[in-house]
Amino acid sequence: MALADYKDMVHRCFRCGYCKFTSDYSYVGFNCPIYSKARLESYSPGGLMWLIYASLVKGKLKPSKHFSEILYSCTMCRNCSEECKFQFHDDIVHVLKAAREEMVDRQLMPPMVSQFLKNVYDYGNPYRELKENRDNWAENTDIRHYEEDDEFLYYVGCVGSYDTVSQKAARALGNVLLRSGLSFGILGSREICDGNEVDMLGEKGLFEFLKEENTKTFKELGVKKIVTLSPHSYNTLKNNYSDEFEVFHYTQLLRDLIKSGKLDVSRGFKAKVTYHDPCFLGRYNNEYDAPREILTAIPGIELIEMERTKENSFCCGGGGGNFYTDVIGGGENTPSRIRVREAHETGASILAVSCPVCMMMLEDALKAEGLENDLAIKDISEIMDAALA
Amino acid sequence: MDIYGSLVEIVGEEFVSDQEEELYIYSRDSGAQQPRKADYVVVPKTVEEVQKIVLLANKEKIPVTPMGGGLTLSGLAVPLKGGIVLDMKRMDRIIEINEKSKYALLEAGVTQGALYSHLQKNYPHLEHSMPDAPPMATIVGNVVIQGHGHLSVSCGINSQMVNGMEVVLPTGEVCKLGSCSVSPYWFTRDPLPDLMGLFIGWLGTTGIITKIALQLFPKPKFRDLLTFTSNELDLLPDFIFDITQLNLMDNLFIISQEWPPWAQGILYVPIVSAQDEEEFELKKKLHIELLRKYEGKITLVEGKHADRMREARLPVPPVTLGVMAADAKQGGGFEYTGGIVPIEKVPEASTRSVEIAHKYGQPYLLGYQLLTSGHSMMCGLAYCLNRADDEDVEKVRNAIDETNKMILDVGGVLWKAEAPGQRLMVQKMDPNTINLMKRVMKALDPNAIMNPGNWSE
Repeated sequence: MALADYKDMVHRCFRCGYCKFTSDYSYVGFNCPIYSKARLESYSPGGLMWLIYASLVKGKLKPSKHFSEILYSCTMCRNCSEECKFQFHDDIVHVLKAAREEMVDRQLMPPMVSQFLKNVYDYGNPYRELKENRDNWAENTDIRHYEEDDEFLYYVGCVGSYDTVSQKAARALGNVLLRSGLSFGILGSREICDGNEVDMLGEKGLFEFLKEENTKTFKELGVKKIVTLSPHSYNTLKNNYSDEFEVFHYTQLLRDLIKSGKLDVSRGFKAKVTYHDPCFLGRYNNEYDAPREILTAIPGIELIEMERTKENSFCCGGGGGNFYTDVIGGGENTPSRIRVREAHETGASILAVSCPVCMMMLEDALKAEGLENDLAIKDISEIMDAALA
Repeated sequence: MDIYGSLVEIVGEEFVSDQEEELYIYSRDSGAQQPRKADYVVVPKTVEEVQKIVLLANKEKIPVTPMGGGLTLSGLAVPLKGGIVLDMKRMDRIIEINEKSKYALLEAGVTQGALYSHLQKNYPHLEHSMPDAPPMATIVGNVVIQGHGHLSVSCGINSQMVNGMEVVLPTGEVCKLGSCSVSPYWFTRDPLPDLMGLFIGWLGTTGIITKIALQLFPKPKFRDLLTFTSNELDLLPDFIFDITQLNLMDNLFIISQEWPPWAQGILYVPIVSAQDEEEFELKKKLHIELLRKYEGKITLVEGKHADRMREARLPVPPVTLGVMAADAKQGGGFEYTGGIVPIEKVPEASTRSVEIAHKYGQPYLLGYQLLTSGHSMMCGLAYCLNRADDEDVEKVRNAIDETNKMILDVGGVLWKAEAPGQRLMVQKMDPNTINLMKRVMKALDPNAIMNPGNWSE
């Protein structure tokens, strides 16, 4: 819905601040990633709601460059909607997205956001990479392109396809799926951006274009079931695309394959592991169990929870396009560095993720914190790959 | 002088703003008072930074308004004369929990939620008295406005629970008050001259509190509430006297609101706790037995309404009926007048509050809190307001003004009064008291930089 549809709602926020905490107050501190870093009230869900009202609804403030930076620094992690005590809690992220659509309409986005959107429009990915290179990560593997009778389309997404850190997860998942005997294939150069971040950044027109193009490709190939590497892809394909596709995040599929005996993890994986919930799998789609069921099914893994888990998880800072646009900026209190420190405090040697965006963000943070010798970031697909008998 | 540049030098560029967006946010709160524009927003991390900011402000005669959670709803952290808003929430260290002497030593920005979480995790057998406010409210903020908490009847109001303070004076000196001024321990405010009184109730006009030592209390294993209902307002003073004579409550809420219908009349909500189950059941039994004396005129509520009250009033941190009711007008604004009145004047204040609410076209929403062992009552008449409707905001402002006058008329005083309410009190105040206040403020703050417009013109 457009911002105009929320005109009678935007001013209902009291700035009471429940949205900054975890639901059970189990964590001493704030759970809003941008407020945790900026510590100015303007950079909080309530501050944003009041500024959107003043700038875009009431016209009391000119929507400035600074306003644009505040608005786009939000990672859309949905902690605010989860913790807000009022009836309109679900609408908070809807309003933030609608405000971004308004900023796109007025061409007032920060330069990195414009660049992101332009790259996706021009190249089908934010990295300005050629589409012919989209499946380079699968070279020297047995992963092949999707064929009509395949049961599953393995939708990799932009980050897993092009980011060198996340490509490891893409390959590992492909290998695990091969070992399960499942018939599947990838789209290769026919895959384009799923549009989740484009949607979150407010470029409705481009999102509709990507959705149409992807849907056309899926239909041409007779795709019925899709498994995604990324929770971001999972979120938009499941909730914003046609119902005719059955969409799974890979952790859901692997969990079922372990249960049905098609994947044998008896080789095990000996490590103390902590798990980071990605926002687009957890808070957006309420899937907290599948990743944990996989990890606890693997012999040798001791799963230790961080202080903030499940619906109280702390965003890595990469959501809402920030993994590329970095509007949120650097420094020791960036969400990803806070999260890596929190993982380290558990005493785990592995920080398990199930999202290529989280993987990339946390890997960078690990280096910035100088914790590479103490902690390793691994996607659950990599852990599975190592644990298969 | 380049004020912005000087502030950046003190706290770093990230934590100073003179941009319209921050100035907008820090120039208003969710209450009905008029916005007043800040010139700078500064978020310090250390007492040294606060000291440097104050020295700069004092030299340049720039107003400084300290802010905690910014949740008074009466504009007390809105800069009435512009200048610097000092958001203290980055000073958020829980420095020490002294388990045996039962106090928490905290920086000024520690929120109620943060201390609650810390105790829950590390000292689950201790608790602090948590106000009936969102957990974003700060400990220091609640202390300086003399706020109450969920142990207000058994342990007193929160400003009485302060063992010590570190303050930055308006002229830049850093002072320690209480036992910490002579000892490494922040365990008592007695038997020294009570200099903390120079900073409690002054609404930030006398200095900036940077650290505080707050008393902690044993956390009971059992806690529950009872709900009693009555339609006979005149019985209230006697009933309060009788129930406080039992001397068994942690807290007592009294609620009267037009919606939902079952909450009309008067609801008495005593909260009791115990470490032992037998003692706990006995406490509840004694409270219920008290109702016999009132022969059906005050009765026990059971079933779904009692459960609803439990859900709303028992959790700490609170999710109160007040929080939920604040959205009744779907307007994003809320303010309540907090009159502290003698117990015997509560029926009159209550009747007149309902009349004022109806006069201004509002359903009445009264929330009372007993203070200490039945020595006074905080009477809150709450108003929802629609921030999107200037006329509605003005109407509520007028209703609050009228309620404030009524509270003073019945012999009460105003709690956390907005600037117009403070002026009403000053008009009634003993002239010698006003002069003393002025002399104290002048002595501490010769250039009148601290939150000017409060307790002054």
